[in-house]
Amino acid sequence: MKNSNKIIELKNICKEYDGVLAVDNFNLYVKKGEFVTFLGPSGCGKTTTLRMIAGFEMPTSGVILLNGEDISKLPPYERPVNTVFQRYALFTHMDVYDNIAFGLKLKKIKYTYVDKKGVTKEKYRKYTNEEIDEKVRKALKIVDLEEFEYRDVATLSGGQQQRIAIARAIVNEPQILLLDEPLGALDLKMRKEMQEELKAMHKKLGITFIYVTHDQEEALTMSDTIVVMKDGMIQQIGTPEDIYNEPKNAFVADFIGESNIYSATMVGDKMVRFINHNFVCVDEFELHEKVDVVIRPEDIILGNENEGMVNGKLISKTFKGVHYEYVMMVGRNEVVIQTTDNFEINKIASISIDPFNIHIMKKEFTVNKYSDAWIDKNNNVVISEEPFECDITQLVPGSHVDEEGYVVDQHGIKYDFTDADVIAEISLKDIEVIDNEEDGIVSGEIVSIIYKGDHYQIIVRTEEDEDFVIDTEYTWNEFDKVSVKVDPKKIKLTLKAEVKEYVKD
Amino acid sequence: MSKIKFQRKFLAIPYGIFLVLFVIIPMVLIVVYAFSNTDPVTNKTTFSFDNLTTFFSNSYNLHTFLISLAIGLGNTLICLIIGYPIAYILAKKEYKFNYIIVLLFIMPMWINFVLRTAATRDLLFAMGLSGGEHPYISTMIGMVYNYLPFTILPLYTTMLKMDKSLIEASMDLGANKVQTFTKTIIPMTLPGIISASSMVFMPTMSSYVISDVMGERQISLIGNIIQLYFDQGLWNLGSFVALILLVIILGFMIATRNMEKEDNVRGGLW
Repeated sequence: MKNSNKIIELKNICKEYDGVLAVDNFNLYVKKGEFVTFLGPSGCGKTTTLRMIAGFEMPTSGVILLNGEDISKLPPYERPVNTVFQRYALFTHMDVYDNIAFGLKLKKIKYTYVDKKGVTKEKYRKYTNEEIDEKVRKALKIVDLEEFEYRDVATLSGGQQQRIAIARAIVNEPQILLLDEPLGALDLKMRKEMQEELKAMHKKLGITFIYVTHDQEEALTMSDTIVVMKDGMIQQIGTPEDIYNEPKNAFVADFIGESNIYSATMVGDKMVRFINHNFVCVDEFELHEKVDVVIRPEDIILGNENEGMVNGKLISKTFKGVHYEYVMMVGRNEVVIQTTDNFEINKIASISIDPFNIHIMKKEFTVNKYSDAWIDKNNNVVISEEPFECDITQLVPGSHVDEEGYVVDQHGIKYDFTDADVIAEISLKDIEVIDNEEDGIVSGEIVSIIYKGDHYQIIVRTEEDEDFVIDTEYTWNEFDKVSVKVDPKKIKLTLKAEVKEYVKD
Repeated sequence: MSKIKFQRKFLAIPYGIFLVLFVIIPMVLIVVYAFSNTDPVTNKTTFSFDNLTTFFSNSYNLHTFLISLAIGLGNTLICLIIGYPIAYILAKKEYKFNYIIVLLFIMPMWINFVLRTAATRDLLFAMGLSGGEHPYISTMIGMVYNYLPFTILPLYTTMLKMDKSLIEASMDLGANKVQTFTKTIIPMTLPGIISASSMVFMPTMSSYVISDVMGERQISLIGNIIQLYFDQGLWNLGSFVALILLVIILGFMIATRNMEKEDNVRGGLW
């Protein structure tokens, strides 16, 4: 056996549904006794990954190792893992006792005995009724529902049903307990209580927990390790502190907790410029590199005018219980600040930020790049199945298009770019979003919005699954159906093959 | 001004009248007829158990009764065995051509029942199975063909309502495919199985057209006896046989009421 205490390891796991990748090259190992949470928005592949561990889905490629053994092809009933389902999935035709005993009654346990010749042999037997009885009662005690054995499950409240579902899973002493958004259907107070109880249960039982949720607070409260996912890909793996304090990219920063995210430029050694001001920071990046900056609202120190680094006008103030939340306008940028201090709004105030609290991340998108674009016979560039009228003379310097549609260069050489594969690049600023689905060139749905201080960065996904990342000043809503329009002259084209291959003779 | 305000429960009045006229009074009449005798000479009606003794002392009647019971049970069982997997497939949403399958089972029901049964007999005859030579086999085929849609529909509706995650939960807890079927799917679809059985079993026992046509009048079912008695003007005896069927239905319903845990909200008439 390998010496590691890895209980489960997922290697290069991919899952495809009708050609669409739901989980993309997922690599993760979980240590014995760990509480791991898969966190992400709906459709990020977290549940699919959990279902692959449970055995309800088979990975399209990759292997799942449990204690070093490949279990990817095993059916769910042969895996030593148990699941707590989102909607409990209790058997309504049985009472509480029979629900919990369901797994025990099916289980065969190995035992050794010495036969008449004195040889030790192995045999399988079922649990006796007394053993089952004892285990069921113990499980009910763990979930604090001792007197509920013979109740009909339909008469229980949501919270009680969830406890029964947990008892039904842990009674089988699984090596890993999988929990698929188990608290999603409960009200807030109940959810908080159950979070604490699950955490305590995890400590007491020592079983490895893999938990799926879209609730970042739940993930931060309960987990040892959080796996943040988006579009089937792992964005970051780390402890709750790591994920919160050192988000790897703008998505993680935006998804976990509240944050101010700005587009920034490195202007010197450990010096970054955003909201029209230079700030000293601790991260080293290349000079002039475009970066994203994250500052948590509670890390900004609010002070009176001219006391801090930058002045701005407080435009709103909201009481949030423990603290106030202010919004300050610094130039055209919004800064969200959380503090317990009381300030007057519509007055000038100042902010200062500790260099340690300025978190700098590599910029994810600087340009939209479409590497499978091609040119059709009308000299239009086809991106996401839609033709864009572009200036294709940029492919050959100093050329023009003749009346037949061929590109002719200074020396009179004709090029036929029909069906040529090109890489098209469009800057984030050169795409316009239009409310009406018909008016633009390509229509799609807004799948993500991240506020970057003075503008939004939105992603429009077309039906062909092509993404357009757009910087815009206007507010949009997630799942809005929109269309995009591109100034064709701003599309930058690069041929994939050598230009001479397209010479027309 | 009228003091009587329109209330929603007034809408139940037509149904109430219908119920009394066509359900309750006939049932009472059946019971009264079953336990009385009319003297043909004096035309006086008296209470008696004569019908009971007459029916059960006749070995032909008993034989017919047992045959009916066997055919009823057999038909129910075969319909369930064929209909269950079909309903299961139909309830799975991933198959694209479900509506075509549904149509295939519903379409024959649009053709007149007598014509359809006669056509089935002729078709079987053409295939070498003569109703005269094999009355039981061809009767069973006719019965199954006729009652299959009535099995599939109630099964299909319960299966649609079944939570698919329960099947996963069962497998997750260690039940293999066979155990999942017997311990989870069957118990979960029990209400459908019960209602499918009751929709097949009783009508099979009391129908006589199918057995007459398919079995070329070599098989008598309970329905035949009732018809025979009524044709002869023996209303009391006929009613008694009908009462036996009623008692069987009642027994079946009481037996299955406890099994059917589904909380169907059935309010009273008001």
